[in-house]
Amino acid sequence: MIRFEEVSKQYKSSNRPALTDINLDVEQGEFVFLVGSSGSGKSSLLRLLLKEEVPTAGTVSIDGLNIGKLSNRKVPALRRTLGIVFQDFRLLPSKSVFDNVAFGMEVIGKGRKEILERVPEVIDLVGLEGKEDRLPSQLSGGEQQRVALARAFINQPKILLADEPTGNLDPSTSVGIMKLLDRINRTGTTILMATHDVAIVDQMRKRIVQLEHGTIIRDQQRGMYGHTGH
Amino acid sequence: MRASFIAREVGGGLRRNFTMTVALVVSVAVSLTLFGAALLMRSQVDRMKGYWYEKVQVSIFLCGENSLAYTCTGAVTDEQRTDVRATLEGLKPTVQEIYYESSDEAYSRFKEQFKGSPIIANVAPSALPESFRVKLDDPSHYDQVANALSGKPGVESVQDQRKLLERFFQILHGLQTFALAIAGAMLFVTVLLVMNTVRVAAFARRRETSIMRSVGASNASIRLPFVLEAVTAAVLGASLAAGTMLAVKSFVIDARLQPNITFIAWVTWDDVLAILPWLFGVGIGTAVLASGITLRRYLKG
Repeated sequence: MIRFEEVSKQYKSSNRPALTDINLDVEQGEFVFLVGSSGSGKSSLLRLLLKEEVPTAGTVSIDGLNIGKLSNRKVPALRRTLGIVFQDFRLLPSKSVFDNVAFGMEVIGKGRKEILERVPEVIDLVGLEGKEDRLPSQLSGGEQQRVALARAFINQPKILLADEPTGNLDPSTSVGIMKLLDRINRTGTTILMATHDVAIVDQMRKRIVQLEHGTIIRDQQRGMYGHTGH
Repeated sequence: MRASFIAREVGGGLRRNFTMTVALVVSVAVSLTLFGAALLMRSQVDRMKGYWYEKVQVSIFLCGENSLAYTCTGAVTDEQRTDVRATLEGLKPTVQEIYYESSDEAYSRFKEQFKGSPIIANVAPSALPESFRVKLDDPSHYDQVANALSGKPGVESVQDQRKLLERFFQILHGLQTFALAIAGAMLFVTVLLVMNTVRVAAFARRRETSIMRSVGASNASIRLPFVLEAVTAAVLGASLAAGTMLAVKSFVIDARLQPNITFIAWVTWDDVLAILPWLFGVGIGTAVLASGITLRRYLKG
């Protein structure tokens, strides 16, 4: 459902291309790790999918829809089919857990009744029941990332993009987050996760796409981080 | 997005940015008050010009029953009136148009002009003379008409319509220009304030807006709360300006000027009320434009 064809990306501010001739296919329901060192192009790849950036050459498509050619007016509709979580959680500090999760529904105009039904469900799913009224500052890092995951998943996106979601978490907390991602994946949601975390990648045994200097140097089913192709 | 959600976001935004909001409200109020004052002066000039001012240059008042001029022996006779008209006709093409206004017509125009003034009660229709109103090819030809008609039997007086009010209008016009210039400068300051306020607000809430964007909120719904904040401040400012206008009409014009200076036709409540929509329109328009432009620059999609 996600397809990169001969995609290159050159930022104006840089003299080195961020991505070069990327070809990548991701099927519905897959769980894919994007690995590689900082600056290898993982984030650029995710940004192209969100249409935060447009490819310099080639096409990026989701379900046959060419993302680069999408008019600005249709970008919000695209993003509603995508959930996204970040390393730094990006929660609203002045809003409670409930309101943070509900925010994802508020901004796209969902009604109060629907929100009151759906939000507690997803809060249960991520294991934060009983903490609805807490503020982000009263939660641990792992709990904050669970809130962010709940918000990303609240509108039942087809694809969940995760940019280093465990980057700020200790290993045991990270395991909890990965279990949750796995659970979300089992509901049929495609997950693309950029990470450095060797332990997690090796443990999960999922498809690995490894980037280096903007090119794919490995694409392996059920891969391990350390066992690179070269 | 639901209205209550937007209202909460807007209210929160204004409170968080309280000092800026106050500055914005005050500057909108000041600029719109001055703008309103300029408009009010224009209405005042229009009201004083009355019906004939823009149309004619010379007014020839004919004798009434109680006229004291030496050319008058009682009310003007039909013969005299015909003679005056013939003289005017003879002055063509210097005289371009001749209008006749009877006492009754003069009275109804007087009532319209002095609407709301106590002077109406003291003036009877017969006190207003009938007249010929004359349009000239060139206002400086006034003397030709005056020479031909002054001293003619049945003519009480010949009046250069403009001379009487010109000087006063010049002063008002000067004040009006001055008020407009300051209003313009203040409006410019207001635009900058709106831009700055919105920019600060957008920066303070970049986390929210980036989250909104990433969950797929439309550009319009991301920007709307900011625009509404600016509009709310503008409406508050315009309300203050409108309040000032009404207070001036009530406490200055009606309470002080009108009872003491009855020979001037003062602006009416209708004139004042007609100005208020402009205040709100300009205020809201400025807020929407300034915030829209700023958001376009600082909240790219």
